Amino acid sequence: MLAQFLQFTMSGLTVGAVYAIVGLGFTIIYNASGVLNFAQGEFVMIGGMVTVFAVAAGVPLPLAILLAIAVAAIVGVALHRLAIEPAKDASPVVLIIITIGGALVIRGIAQIVFDKQLHKLPGFSGDTPVNFMGASILPQALWVLGGSALIVTLVTLFFAKTMIGKAVLATAANRLAAQLVGVNTSVILAISFALSATIGAIAGILVTPITFTNYEVGTMLALKGFAALVLGGLGSPAGAILGGMVLGLCESLSAGYLSSTYKDAFAFLVMIAVLLVMPSGLLGKPSAERV
Amino acid sequence: MTMNRLWEDDMRFLKSTPVLAGFALAAGFSLAPAMAQDIKIGAVLSVTGPASFLGDPEEKTLKMYVEEINAKGGIKGRKLQLITYDDGGDANKARTFATRLVEEDKVVAMVGGSTTGTTMAMGPVFEDAQIPFISLAGAVVIIEPLKKFVFKTPHTDRMACEKIFEDMKKRGLTKIGMISGTDGFGKSMRDECVKVNARFGIEILAEESYGPRDTDMTPQLTNLKAKAGIQAVVNPGFGQGPAIVTRNFRQLGMTMPLYQSHGVASKQFIELAGEAANGVRLPAAALLVADKLPASDPQKPVAQAYAKKFQDATRQPVSTFGGHAYDGLMILAGAIERGGANPKAIRDEIEKTKGFMGTAGIFTMSPTDHMGLDLTAFKMLEIKAGDWAIAE
Repeated sequence: MLAQFLQFTMSGLTVGAVYAIVGLGFTIIYNASGVLNFAQGEFVMIGGMVTVFAVAAGVPLPLAILLAIAVAAIVGVALHRLAIEPAKDASPVVLIIITIGGALVIRGIAQIVFDKQLHKLPGFSGDTPVNFMGASILPQALWVLGGSALIVTLVTLFFAKTMIGKAVLATAANRLAAQLVGVNTSVILAISFALSATIGAIAGILVTPITFTNYEVGTMLALKGFAALVLGGLGSPAGAILGGMVLGLCESLSAGYLSSTYKDAFAFLVMIAVLLVMPSGLLGKPSAERV
Repeated sequence: MTMNRLWEDDMRFLKSTPVLAGFALAAGFSLAPAMAQDIKIGAVLSVTGPASFLGDPEEKTLKMYVEEINAKGGIKGRKLQLITYDDGGDANKARTFATRLVEEDKVVAMVGGSTTGTTMAMGPVFEDAQIPFISLAGAVVIIEPLKKFVFKTPHTDRMACEKIFEDMKKRGLTKIGMISGTDGFGKSMRDECVKVNARFGIEILAEESYGPRDTDMTPQLTNLKAKAGIQAVVNPGFGQGPAIVTRNFRQLGMTMPLYQSHGVASKQFIELAGEAANGVRLPAAALLVADKLPASDPQKPVAQAYAKKFQDATRQPVSTFGGHAYDGLMILAGAIERGGANPKAIRDEIEKTKGFMGTAGIFTMSPTDHMGLDLTAFKMLEIKAGDWAIAE
């Protein structure tokens, strides 16, 4: 019984960690600019795909990983410079639609630059499962969990301790005031896109050995990450993490204990129930309409 | 009268007289008169999207062989013109493209429909327009109940279930668990397996399912593992799901035999599942093991020739899916050869296809059988050391 519970929980946490990181990526850009970036899943895809193709071309794995992160960051900045910045005076809804367009463009380019096949990476520490109290756990799942925890810690420190991090928060709080005290808000927004792309890419790299990747893996992840975000509370980094974990656990526990046919429906039921009781999500602050 | 109208009138004049042909000839387009007589055939395929591993080799195959037929002078001197659309695996898009093929492109026949979902969406369009439609998708629902203008070339999922259960019976396995994808293919095959299992004395003790884009099936498999008495597991599904199931299966240390379906009969499955794929059994067309067939096998030359041509042209390992497109196109070409390029005549001739040796087996269609394959067309394969082996 315990072994089964552990197996379900590990499965849920691993899947949930990815949702959480995607949700966190959404949050970073949302907090800095008020835009929900629906190209967030594409960063995850770029991370996985660039690593796969670099490794296939003979690049050593650590170098391939750095390359993939760099490519994702550049794409993130380019998305901001080419698509978001020129329309910065448009309403958030328009900007959101622009990001969806950006996602389609990135996906289309990936389809041409790479291919349409599914790809995998070997596990970083092999594919032999470890036995933990009767549950078999892939070493890669530990990489995903550890990597996610590290990302969350670093992002938290970045916002709390560094000047740039504080400048991002200042830009989010009031762009005009931030400009008045000398923050270059345009650079700050570009940085937030780069940061968001970076963590998305890392998630993509960590998870590819377990889930495979292809050019359109981002679509589903953007949806799940967004669900995690809404569940946790829009704009709250801790909320996005919690939301992702809860969503992942809901899926795996309902698949294990209830019925695998209805697991997605169950996850969404939980979401609706939470939002009915707490309309701003688990950790979101109640929002007030500014007039 | 606007400029546009003038232009249109001019065009009408050109079209209505031999002047156009004269112009074209003068300009060096000696093919122009023949163009008008090209036989238009359509193909709506899932070249991108979750079923791209079906649509991609299918499209490549169709283009390759239409080119070959045309290079040899076409069918009775008329060239084939292939019009392809990519539905991305989306049934709604497929239906829109089907309508476009019928109404705008005015094709005489269609080879395509990569998935059961897209095929079922397009079927009524061709049925209404009375244009023959050769589907490349698996499920038995495509041809049962019989539709006058709809045919298919791949083995049905019911045959896959029968082949698997037959093999289990031989190995003395009678109590099984099933884990099925909820996509059209997985769901349909699951339903067929549940209909025929009793006939083979096989009892299904537990059933699980997963979504086509799920990335972790350990919870479902943990339940199958915990269920007492399960001697083997069957996984109807296609795409990434079965590869993940196979890896999770080994991760959990499950040692009973695992059967996959013909839906994953491509090298990509072995690549994705890696080590975990070894020992997996699945029913598939002889095409995958073309080189390993005994020389006496009548299917060997066809399968080998197709495999070689496909691999030389695309530098990709051959899959049975492209083979289904080859079979469909050749059956269609044969029908046009015999009966001419009229949609109804083509339909009648497709139905009379007899003893055609394709990559999937010998096709003999009839007014009650719009697929024309029997169980002997299937081989039971086992994956050994990362390659296919014949398990019979």
